[in-house]
Amino acid sequence: MSEAMELSAAEIARRVNAGEVSAREVTDAALAQIDAVDDRLGAYLTRLHDLARVSAGRVDARIKAGEHLPLAGVPVAVKDNMCLAGTRTTCGSKMLEGWVAPYTATAVARLLDAGAVPVGKANMDEFAMGSSCENSALGKTCNPYDLGRVPGGSSGGSAAAVAAYEAAIGMGSDTGGSIREPAAFCNLVGFKPTYGRVSRYGLIAFASSLDQIGPLARSVEDAALAYDVMAGKDPMDSTSVDRPVEPAATALRSDLRGVRVGIVKQFGTQGLGPEIDSLYRRAYLDLEKLGATLVDVELPTAEYGLATYYLIAPAECSSNLARFDGVRYGLRVDGEDVGRMYERTRAEGFGPEVKRRILIGTYALSSGYYDAYYVKAQKARTMFGADFKRAFERCDLIASPAASSPAFAFDAKSDPYSMYMMDYYTIPISLAGLPALSVPCGYVLPEGSSRPMPMGLQLAAPLFGEAQLLAAANAYECATQHARQRRPEGAL
Amino acid sequence: MSSDNIDIRYVAKLARIELTDDEVERFGRQLGDLLEHVKTLHDLDTAAVPATAQVVESRNVARADAVGRCLEHETVMQMAPQRQGAFFRVPRIISEES
Amino acid sequence: MTQYEAVIGIECHVELKTKSKMFCACPNRFGGEPNAHVCPVCLALPGALPVANEEAILQVIRAGLAFGAEIPAFSKFDRKNYFYPDMPKDYQISQYDMPLAQGGVVRYWLDDGTTKECRLTRIHLEEDTGKSTHAGSGDGRIAHSSYSLVDFNRAGVPLMECVSEPDIRSAEEAVGFLDALKRTFVQLGVSDVKMEEGSLRCDANVSIRPVGSKDLGTKAEIKNMNSFRSVSRAIESEIARQIAVVAAGGRVVQETRGWDELAGTTHSMRSKEEAHDYRYFPDPDLVPIEVDRTVVERLRSLMADLPIARFERYRGSYGLGVAQATQLVDTPQLAEYFDSCVGAGGGGQQAANFVLGDLSRLANETQTPVWESSVAPQDLAELIGLVQSKTINSKIAKDLLLRMWNGGGSPKALVEHEGLAQTSDPGSVERFVDEVLAAHPKVVADYKAGKTNVMGFLVGQVMKQSRGKANPALAGELLAQKLG
Ligand SMILES: [Zn+2]
Repeated sequence: MSEAMELSAAEIARRVNAGEVSAREVTDAALAQIDAVDDRLGAYLTRLHDLARVSAGRVDARIKAGEHLPLAGVPVAVKDNMCLAGTRTTCGSKMLEGWVAPYTATAVARLLDAGAVPVGKANMDEFAMGSSCENSALGKTCNPYDLGRVPGGSSGGSAAAVAAYEAAIGMGSDTGGSIREPAAFCNLVGFKPTYGRVSRYGLIAFASSLDQIGPLARSVEDAALAYDVMAGKDPMDSTSVDRPVEPAATALRSDLRGVRVGIVKQFGTQGLGPEIDSLYRRAYLDLEKLGATLVDVELPTAEYGLATYYLIAPAECSSNLARFDGVRYGLRVDGEDVGRMYERTRAEGFGPEVKRRILIGTYALSSGYYDAYYVKAQKARTMFGADFKRAFERCDLIASPAASSPAFAFDAKSDPYSMYMMDYYTIPISLAGLPALSVPCGYVLPEGSSRPMPMGLQLAAPLFGEAQLLAAANAYECATQHARQRRPEGAL
Repeated sequence: MSSDNIDIRYVAKLARIELTDDEVERFGRQLGDLLEHVKTLHDLDTAAVPATAQVVESRNVARADAVGRCLEHETVMQMAPQRQGAFFRVPRIISEES
Repeated sequence: MTQYEAVIGIECHVELKTKSKMFCACPNRFGGEPNAHVCPVCLALPGALPVANEEAILQVIRAGLAFGAEIPAFSKFDRKNYFYPDMPKDYQISQYDMPLAQGGVVRYWLDDGTTKECRLTRIHLEEDTGKSTHAGSGDGRIAHSSYSLVDFNRAGVPLMECVSEPDIRSAEEAVGFLDALKRTFVQLGVSDVKMEEGSLRCDANVSIRPVGSKDLGTKAEIKNMNSFRSVSRAIESEIARQIAVVAAGGRVVQETRGWDELAGTTHSMRSKEEAHDYRYFPDPDLVPIEVDRTVVERLRSLMADLPIARFERYRGSYGLGVAQATQLVDTPQLAEYFDSCVGAGGGGQQAANFVLGDLSRLANETQTPVWESSVAPQDLAELIGLVQSKTINSKIAKDLLLRMWNGGGSPKALVEHEGLAQTSDPGSVERFVDEVLAAHPKVVADYKAGKTNVMGFLVGQVMKQSRGKANPALAGELLAQKLG
C-alpha cells in the first residue's frame, strides 16, 4: 500500500493544498489500493476510476489556480444511497441495480466542491435497512479486521473502505445507528449530526424524519473536517435547518475539564458480558481522567426505543419506497395489467428485510391501526425528546456503548429481531434527533475467535451540539489512541 | 392496543408486493413477533403527550415561485423500463380511478 | 305521489396558475413535448425532496378569504398513499386534517337574478398527477385499452381542492355555484378555471329525499363531467334516475357513477379491486405552515370587489339587468373599466350599454380588449355626459366613439374642434327644414295626402343636410308645424 493512503484526510488536504503531492497522485494510490484489496473486501459496488481521475484533475487545476480547498484530493467512499450524477446508484437493491443517477446529492456535491475525490460507491444494506451489510442484494462486504465477520451496517461499505485505507473519508447515512454501528465494528469514528444539519436532498430516503448523512473517518479530526463541509442549510431540503454551523475541525479539544458526562442508568453494560462491561467502565474512567465529571442520568423510556423506532421508520419507508413501481426507472417485471406489474416488480426487486419493513409500516398506517401504532409511536417519540432534554439539564454529553457486541460472523443473526437489538443504544438518540458519534474504545475477543475486534464508545450531545461533541471526542481519542493499536488484517 | 393478528395478504395488497405462500407464512410469523414486542408501547402512558412528527421545529419553509431547469427529455426517457416515443408505457390499467 | 328534492354537494379541483409547480421549479405549463417539464422532484427520482411553492399557498389563502373561510393558524401537508401509474411518488402530497382554509360561504346567482348560498367545507392544497392516455383499444377508453402511455408534465402542478356542503338543490344551482367559483378564481388570478382544458375538474355527490325531510339520502358520486353543460345534464339525469329507482320500490346504493356524455346517462363504475386505505400521515419531508395573522389581514385588505358584490351593486345601484350585470362581472377587466367609467361620471345604464354594445363590438372587430383600447373610461364618461346634456345626439356619439377607438382622444375636444355640437337653435334648424321641404315636393305631397310615415324620411334628410348636428326632436317639431 502506498504511504499516501495511510495519511489522514487532514494531512492529504494539507499536502495537496501545499503542492507537495497532487490530487491525481493521491487518487491513483487510492484506486491502486481498491484494486488490490476490494475483490476480497467488497466495500465498493462501483469503482469510479474514470470519474475519480477527472475529479482529481479538476482539483489539481483549482489548486494551481490558487484556490485553497478544505478536502483537496481526499479520496471519498460514497454510500450507494447517495446520488452522484452519471454514476450507478443502487441503494444495494436489485430494484436500482442499473440505475444511473442524473443528479448529485447536495451533501456529496459539497464534499466534491471542497476538493474531495469520489473513488467508489460503497455497499450497504438494501435501502439502508440492516446492521451488517448482509442485506445488500448486490454484494458481500467483509470486516477488514476479520474477513469472516460483518462490517456492520447499513453504511458497512463506507466503513470497510475507510478502515482498509481504500478511502480517507466515508460518507454514511444513519437512521437508527447506520453510521455509528459500522464505525464501531471497523474501528472508526462515525458521526451522525443533528437531524436536519446535513441536507438529505439526493439521499435515497429510508425514513425521512430520521435519516441523516454523516462522515466515517479514521480520526475525529477528519470526521470534523468532512462535517464542516457538508453541513448547512440547503434550499432543496425543507427539513434542513437554517442555523449557522459552528466550525468543528478548528475547535477540537485535548481535555474534558468542566464537561459533565452522563451515564444512562438504563444503558447499563453488565448484560453485555464481563469483558465488554469492563471495557466500557474503563472508557468512562478515561473520560473522568481527562477532567470530565461523570453523572448518572435517567432515560426512563429507553426500553421502548426499538418498539417506537420499528413503527415510525417502517411507516415512513412504506411510503418512501412506493415510488419503486417499475413505471419510470429501475426494475420492471411485467404483468398482464399494471397492478400485477407493480406486485411482481416489487416482489422481485425488494429483498426480505425491505419487504418486512414495508409490510409492518403499511400495517401501522392502515385504517384501524393508525392511532394504536403510528400515533402511539409518535407520542412515545415526544417522550424520548423530553427525557433527553431532562438528562441534558444534568450533563453536557451522554456516553454509552455504540453497539451491544463487536462485529459478528456472517449469518450469525438469522432472526430479524436479534439484528434489531444491535441498535439498542443508538436508536433512542436517533428518535430524539440528537448528534452522536462512535469513537474507538478498545477491543474484545469474540467467543471462539483469536482476533480481537474493535468496540465503539458512543457520545451524544444536545441538539446542534456538534462542535462540543467532536471537541470532546477528540480529547478522548488523542488520550487513548485505541484505533492505533491494531491494524486491519495483515493481507490488507 | 389492538391484539388482532396481522392480515399479511391484505397488507401486501396495499403495499403492492406479491408474496409467495412461504413468505406469507414466514413474514406473518416474524411480523407477529415484532408486533408482540411493539405492543409493549401500550405500557407507556401517552394520554397527555402530543405526537412528534419531526424533531426540529421548523415552520414555513417555502420557495419563491420561480422556474428553474428541468431534466433533459432524453435523460428522463433513458431511465424508462418501457417507453413509446416521448411517453412512458405501462400495461393496461384496470382501476378506473384517476 | 311523493315529491322529491335533490341534495347535492360539489367537490372540485382547480389547477393554480403559478409560474412553477407545487414542489419543484419545473414550469407550470401545458402542451409541448411529453415528459419535457420534469425534474428529479416531480418525477419522484430516488432521493428527491419537495419544497412548497409559497405563491400557491398564498393563492389558496386568498381563495379562502374570498368566500369568508377561516384561515387556521396551523396547517400541514400529508401523504395520501395509493398506487397509480401517473402519480410518480405513488403517494400524493395533500392536506388531510389541517387544510389551509376551513368553512366559508359561496354566494351565487341564478339566471333570474335570485341569489343563493352554498357553504364550503374546506379548501386545501395538493399536487396534480401526470396524464395517462389509454391506448390499444381504438376508443381511448380505459376499460378496453391494452396499455397506457404516461406524460408527467402535469405531475406536481398545484391543485386546489374545494369541497362544498350539500346545500345545492338542482342542476341549475350547481352550475350557478360553479360559475361563482369560476368568476371568483379568475378575478383573483389564481386559475383559468377551464373545465374543457382540465384546469377545473369536478365531481358531484347527488342524493334525493322527500320534500320537507331533513335527512340525507344515500348519495352517488358522479364523475367524468367535462363541461358546465355536462355537469347540468349529469345531475339532472342522476336525479331522475334516483327518483325512478325509489318510485319503483328500489333503493339507491352508495357508489361512484360515471357520466356518459353520448348516452346522456350515468353508469355505475366498476368497483375497485380493493377497499381504499389511503394511510394518510404527515409528510416528514415538509414542515408545517403557520399562517401569520398580519399576512391574512393584508391579503384580506387586498381583496378586490368580488363578483357577487359587484353583481349586486350593478343590479341595485345601476338597475342593470341580470344578463348585462353577469356579462360585466364575467370579465373582471371589463367590470373594472365599467366601474372607472361610472366613477368618472358616466351613468350606469348608459355606460353598460356602451361597454357591452358599441365598445364590445369594436373590440371584437379589432381583436383589442376594451380595457386596452385607446378609449379611456374617463373619455367614455365624457361622451356619455355629452349625450346626456344633449350636446350631441346618439348618432354623433357612435361616430365619435369610433374615432376615439381609432385614437381620436377626448370627445369634448373632438366636438369643439369639429363643431359637431347638436344644433338646437330653431333658426338654423328651420333653414335646413325649409331646404328639405323644397327639395322633396313629392314627399310633401304624399304627407299631405295622409302618408304620415314619410316623416321619418324627412327628419333623416334634415339630419343629413345638417351633417348630423340638428337636434332631431326639434327638426321633427318644425317639419310637423310647416306641413301642418
Ligand atoms: Zn419538477
